[in-house]
Amino acid sequence: MNKKFVLGIYDDEDVLLTAIENVRAAGTKIYEVFTPYPIHGIDDVLGIKRSRLPIVAFMCGLFGTCFALWMQIYMLGFDWPMIIGGKPHLAIPSFIPVTFELTVLCAAFGMVITFFIVTNLKPTLKVRMLDKRSTDDKFVMAIEVKEGTTDLAALSKLLRSNGAIEVNEKEVVK
Amino acid sequence: MQHVSPVREPLVTGGKTYHDITEDVCRQVEAKPNVRWAAALAVSLVGLAIFIYSVYRTLWFGIGEWGLNKTVGWAWDITNFVWWVGIGHAGTLISAVLLLFRQKWRSSINRAAEAMTIFAVICAAMFPVLHMGRPWLAYWVLPLPNTFGSLWVNFNSPLLWDVFAISTYFSVSLVFWYIGLIPDFATIRDRATGPIARRAYAILSMNWTGSAKAWSRYETVSLILAGVATPLVLSVHTIVSMDFATSVIPGWHTTIFPPYFVAGAIFSGFAMVLTLMIITRKTFKLEDYITMEHIESMNKVIITTGSIVGVAYTTEFFIAWYSGVEYEAYAFINRATGPYWWAYWSMMTCNVITPQLFWIRKIRRSVTATFIISIFVNIGMWFERFVIIVTSLHRDYLPSSWAMFSPSIIDIGVYVGTIGLFFTLFFLFCKFFPVVNMAEVKAILKSSSEVTHHHSPASGMHGTAKGSNTNTHHSNE
Repeated sequence: MNKKFVLGIYDDEDVLLTAIENVRAAGTKIYEVFTPYPIHGIDDVLGIKRSRLPIVAFMCGLFGTCFALWMQIYMLGFDWPMIIGGKPHLAIPSFIPVTFELTVLCAAFGMVITFFIVTNLKPTLKVRMLDKRSTDDKFVMAIEVKEGTTDLAALSKLLRSNGAIEVNEKEVVK
Repeated sequence: MQHVSPVREPLVTGGKTYHDITEDVCRQVEAKPNVRWAAALAVSLVGLAIFIYSVYRTLWFGIGEWGLNKTVGWAWDITNFVWWVGIGHAGTLISAVLLLFRQKWRSSINRAAEAMTIFAVICAAMFPVLHMGRPWLAYWVLPLPNTFGSLWVNFNSPLLWDVFAISTYFSVSLVFWYIGLIPDFATIRDRATGPIARRAYAILSMNWTGSAKAWSRYETVSLILAGVATPLVLSVHTIVSMDFATSVIPGWHTTIFPPYFVAGAIFSGFAMVLTLMIITRKTFKLEDYITMEHIESMNKVIITTGSIVGVAYTTEFFIAWYSGVEYEAYAFINRATGPYWWAYWSMMTCNVITPQLFWIRKIRRSVTATFIISIFVNIGMWFERFVIIVTSLHRDYLPSSWAMFSPSIIDIGVYVGTIGLFFTLFFLFCKFFPVVNMAEVKAILKSSSEVTHHHSPASGMHGTAKGSNTNTHHSNE
């Protein structure tokens, strides 16, 4: 099924933020906003919830810690105990560096892989940009058009009165 | 809305708009290679050829091709390894530590600095791997089940910690760098005209659209990565220093090593960043993004860390005498007055004396002076590692085994070769990747550019102060 969008194009982040607030206050659902760089404060006005990725990082880091400690204790303490430099078999202090490194490694990779999955980031040739200028210098507010219910003229007026420099329509073929 | 700080200098000069940033950064990616770049790459490729030949000699004939002897069993290889790892510290420091400290001047230099980190760590990794003699067995350093009844690696050894530290550092830095590149690759993808460029950058940009939700997660990921990379960067050189500090060689067995090595690493890393940045901004006309303010800030880091290093040199000398251990005292007197006195005094001159010139504002803000001093620091930091390693080893407890070290032509070849490898990678990066982080520079543009950017006041809403926008400094005066 084809999806149709109305795109409000903005060229200033502060105008955009105000516009988002006003458009949402007018009861219009914003499909997505595309910006060339991260805008501070956009999460609040769009109602984007705080990301749970830090929790993922913490859990993965915790796994790394446990795995590293288990690995070293099992290998040098139980599987093949050796006396090295007169140290006890379970020389916990000298296991700390490797434990730390594996904690960081697992936290970073676990979080980044999760980020790629949830954000649908993957190498692909089929990239669907609603307006290519949004990776350059324009801020694009996309509103999905529902046949029969969306009043296009009123929507266009709403966007323009909130500072949009252009209002375009775009159909996306599924 | 435009806030002009009375104290801070603008970080982006020349009255740029968002589109200007895209144009300026994408220019060398999209244009045909210029002659200067091609010439520089050609010179680097000669270096790379020297590297390949030297590595071939090392692997085919063995470590005997190097100048090592029974007394000095570690020399240029470990010197070069520590030198490159140290250089590799600045990138992550700039991108992670300065992100946590909210230092906005990092934005335009972090990309190239991180690239430098990655390439420097690749060069560093060459030395321990080549010194193994049989690099095809390099996987033996990993704790893998094996046919010796699963005899495991020694987790008590700092050399093994190094394996974990360097590989973690490399992979986390690579991921951090790549995450930052994704939005910029998307910018290039959306501008690309050629079919190859469009496809290549489409794959590299991983389906990035720049949606608000994606940016929100991107920011979270950057912050957490910065948080974990900060202790990581400190741990790496700490562990490298433990390669020496946990041994009982006079001149190595000191507790001052970890902080002293970390300071030295930041010192040398910033020097290399300056060397590269001064070349890059000139070649690619990026003076509006890498400004005098950036150079001065980095020079301040150099003078701070350079002074810490100076204090460390003095302290270890004093403690060697104060400890009353004659071997320790001899190691240091031998460094300063023995057969390698020239290396010691080169180190002292380049690392302790020349950076002090940066106390003078004029020198700190001179591109030429900064470039020359940064080269001095690079040389000085190489000598520091050489002094620590060779002078401590060549005369230890038993005078009958005292010896001198002189590098073979292959030693020199591998070292010069890694410089060739490094610059080859760096020049390829400069041509095909955006050298300045466009998205981040755009994000600081409103709060930190020289002139109000051209925006039609038609909306009349410009400057509607919304408390929600924390990106811009609101001036209430």
